[in-house]
Amino acid sequence: MDNARIDRIIESHGGEASSLIQVLLEIQGENRWLPREALKRVSDRLQVPLSRIQHIATFYKTFSLSPRGRHEVHICMGTACHVRGATRVLDAVQDLIGIGPGDTDLNLRFSLDTVNCLGCCALGPVMKVNGKTHGKLSPAEAVEVLKSYE
Amino acid sequence: MSEVRLQIDGKDVVTREGATILEAARSAGIFIPTLCHHEKLEPYGGCRICIVEVELRGATTLVVSCVHPVEDDLVVRTRSERVDRIRKTLLELMLAHAPDSPPLQELAVEYGADKDRFEKEASFCIHCGLCVRYCAEVVKKNAVGFVERGTRKEIAFIPEIAARECPTCKECLPLCPTSYLQAAFVLTEAFAFRSVSSEAAPEE
Ligand code: SF4
Ligand code: FES
Ligand code: FES
Repeated sequence: MDNARIDRIIESHGGEASSLIQVLLEIQGENRWLPREALKRVSDRLQVPLSRIQHIATFYKTFSLSPRGRHEVHICMGTACHVRGATRVLDAVQDLIGIGPGDTDLNLRFSLDTVNCLGCCALGPVMKVNGKTHGKLSPAEAVEVLKSYE
Repeated sequence: MSEVRLQIDGKDVVTREGATILEAARSAGIFIPTLCHHEKLEPYGGCRICIVEVELRGATTLVVSCVHPVEDDLVVRTRSERVDRIRKTLLELMLAHAPDSPPLQELAVEYGADKDRFEKEASFCIHCGLCVRYCAEVVKKNAVGFVERGTRKEIAFIPEIAARECPTCKECLPLCPTSYLQAAFVLTEAFAFRSVSSEAAPEE
């Protein structure tokens, strides 16, 4: 992400230090991660110390300081999903994409994470891909769903 | 500015309005232990070791003396069975992280804290924030900050700033109660100073 784009995002938020989190969210949303150079630019422009920005960027799970995949996969490991076989879904997904929770594959296709309850337990086991919820999944169905994401 | 009259450990103390209990006690020569407090820094209330018992209109509660303002007729007890027990547990928790910290060991003797009570988890930093706040508030360079949260929270130097500012400052190093700060600084220096200075070189 180039500085011009970052500057436009900052300006769209009025260039106020108080909009720091909104600015970071927007960069994260567009770029899928927060490169150090981008954080330095934000720090300069908003006059917020880099140490503060780094604390915020590491505090919230939404932000990532390393590159993320094109598709965000969240597999629910909450109690309800767990008893309905979430572990087997997770295993199948790991086998397919070759990475564990917290990781991103080298082609930047998928980032995989586990979560503890997505709030729709009746649909368990639940997997979310780029925000879209897939429920009542068998391991094979989960694999089929992911195959459709390039 | 109006005066406030209170009692600390049986002694009548007169102090200015807006002072903290800790300031009032110190001005009266009464010692309250502190770990995250520093005169040049804004009150923080991070370590809780300065906790005291206060009584006002018949009700007794515990407050953190380095952030709690004085009030007329407040009766403060800086040592009581309850206060001592809390300080002991706090020390034991911190000693699980930094068993060899001199200030912690000293207080441990005073409060009978057992450094082996909790399983060791040597992360060394006790999150007093002295380094982070001193660099931000006094030196105003923000070369060191916190990262992560909860049990993963730790301090981290910002190599780009540290390489430029720290070699001639290092004022924060003696403030750290555990020496973790020195260790973190030396590691940052070893791993990251050269790479950031070579990055910065073309611009200069
Ligand atoms: S490194 Fe030392 S001074 Fe800094 S927060 Fe940790 S214990 Fe406190
Ligand atoms: S446990 Fe999975 S959605 Fe609640
Ligand atoms: S000295 Fe008061 S909370 Fe640390």
